[in-house]
Amino acid sequence: MSTEIPAAIGPAIVAEGLSKRFGAVLAVDSLRLSVRRSEVYGFLGPNGSGKSTTIRMLCGLLAPSAGSVEVLGYRLPGEAEELKRRIGYMTQKFSLYDDLSVEENLQFLGALHGVHGARARTRIDELCELYRLGEFRRRLAGTLSGGQRQRLALASTVLHQPELLLLDEPTSAVDPQSRREFWDALFDLAQAGATLLVSTHYMDEAERCHRLAILDRGRLVADGEPQALMGELPGTTLRVDCSEPRQAQAILARLPEVLGAAQIGGHLRVLAAHGPRRVEQLREVLRGAGIEAEVAPTPPNLEDVFVAATRRRPAP
Amino acid sequence: MNLGRMLAVARKELLQLKRDRLSLAMIMGVPTLELLMFGFAINLDVRHLPAAVLDQAGTALSRELVDELASSQVLDLRKRLVAPQEVIALLRRGEVSAAVVIPPDFEARLQRGDRPAWQLVVDGSDQSVQAAARQLAAFPLGSLRGLPEPSAGVEIVNFYNPERRAPVNTVPGLVGVILTMTMVLFTAMALVREQERGNLEMLIATPLSPLELTVGKVLPYVAIGLVQVTLILLLGWVVFGVPVRGSLLDVYGASLCFIVASLALGIFISTLAKTQFQSMQVTLFAFMPQILLSGFMFPFNGMPQVAQWLAEAMPLTHFLRLIRGVMLRSARLTELWPELLALLAFTVVMLAVAVARTKKRLA
Repeated sequence: MSTEIPAAIGPAIVAEGLSKRFGAVLAVDSLRLSVRRSEVYGFLGPNGSGKSTTIRMLCGLLAPSAGSVEVLGYRLPGEAEELKRRIGYMTQKFSLYDDLSVEENLQFLGALHGVHGARARTRIDELCELYRLGEFRRRLAGTLSGGQRQRLALASTVLHQPELLLLDEPTSAVDPQSRREFWDALFDLAQAGATLLVSTHYMDEAERCHRLAILDRGRLVADGEPQALMGELPGTTLRVDCSEPRQAQAILARLPEVLGAAQIGGHLRVLAAHGPRRVEQLREVLRGAGIEAEVAPTPPNLEDVFVAATRRRPAP
Repeated sequence: MNLGRMLAVARKELLQLKRDRLSLAMIMGVPTLELLMFGFAINLDVRHLPAAVLDQAGTALSRELVDELASSQVLDLRKRLVAPQEVIALLRRGEVSAAVVIPPDFEARLQRGDRPAWQLVVDGSDQSVQAAARQLAAFPLGSLRGLPEPSAGVEIVNFYNPERRAPVNTVPGLVGVILTMTMVLFTAMALVREQERGNLEMLIATPLSPLELTVGKVLPYVAIGLVQVTLILLLGWVVFGVPVRGSLLDVYGASLCFIVASLALGIFISTLAKTQFQSMQVTLFAFMPQILLSGFMFPFNGMPQVAQWLAEAMPLTHFLRLIRGVMLRSARLTELWPELLALLAFTVVMLAVAVARTKKRLA
């Protein structure tokens, strides 16, 4: 990684009261963020939760409406141009040139970042090897498969060895196998010293992050290490086994103490607010409706955290 | 402004253009096709107009007049009529465009010289026919034997294009028309393409500045514009014998100024449009008035005052004066400096508006 500056001093990203308003819509609402160096930090949230807008503000592409942001020590939006030399931004949609080959795309991106000549050649060879693009070097980017394009996009994002990578839903268009490989590549980068901020709406990906923030309608509703978030879950996760899961789900969803109920195969997964005798209580309710059910506590997962966090505020 | 980044963009643009077969074909195809079409089709020296003759005099002298008219080849006297009503019917049906009417007292009229001796009835619905009629109105009757000349007619002395060959007037203008069409369109579309395809989102997160991006993208089109100028001049010379009487350097100097003005217009259009299709529409919208009002299609001095003012604001108007001056009248660019200044002013205004609009959009 780059050694020009005394790296790893202070956090990679600090934001306080970060907000972005588009007309009448408050897309990001008083966000408070702290991302440490060399960690993989996740942004988990549904579409429209403000993930992309936040990332674009952190890259210096959008000026915040309010709040303060410091990325790699640069204050935004004032020092955005200096920051752009040190970050890599991978867009949600593939944004390289379909009508240029793998090699040409990388050469172009290198030239924009001042990576020329022999240094560019070595770096491109390295990346093609690392991301298994060697045999496609002369293929047009538009003819690559989803996974190959993803690897090319990552290669072009890390070409100039940025200290901070901001990846906006990088795996939304690739198959599960490619997703696993992609995450391995991300951890390799983190291990080499880069800081990564990755937005996603996949629970399994969010669970792999060192730390993560859950966004909902522009607000930060929970943040911390995935394990800690699951441990602090403000509720109980229950598994409900019965013969009529659809009816049972409808009945349980109406209870005020039930935060969420989802069918998983033949059983229900229910997130209920903490309470004494919760298991017996639910069983009674179902029996009252003529449904015999097995109800048992089960370990929480990130989806439960997500459901609990996004449930707290009623929809506007 | 970083030269390396700008050239990287220009190189990328050329690579993309190289793969875009259709655009590549257009660069050479449009000038060639337009030149041949306009060169052959726009011919204001109308010949062989279908015409009829109504000779009510029927004297030796009237027959001589008819023969003289026929030998001019402007009229193709294919019908001999006997009744005046036939003239109206033939014209209305479009079978003839003109009719020569010689009244019974033709010779008496000629002798007295107080009334026109004969009539040329023309189809006024066609402009080119009107032009031909004016040509014939000056027909020298003096060649008719032994008669006093009633009206000598106007002798027209045509400088610069004595043979009155249309391509000599058309080809220099075509340089401007073709450049307007291709340069404005290519730039407007190339700039909007990055945005439409999502490349811009990635580019703005790099150190590349909007100025480097714009100049880098437009640079290849300056070269392409000069190639097109060369092609038109070569074809004009080989196919139609259109000369370059002034300095070749001045021709390219004027063209370069005009190319830059057109690119500035394209850059401005790209700030209005969100998609390539929109930029094409706006380009067409900006293209038509230039073609119609610049003096390429219709005589500039024949237009109403308001139209002339509008035309003064268009780059093509000034380029036409420049290129016709240099190519046909051997004028030096230094003699035509007001036109150069106008092109420069247009470029500066367009770029200033484009920059202001871009700044507003990014805020």
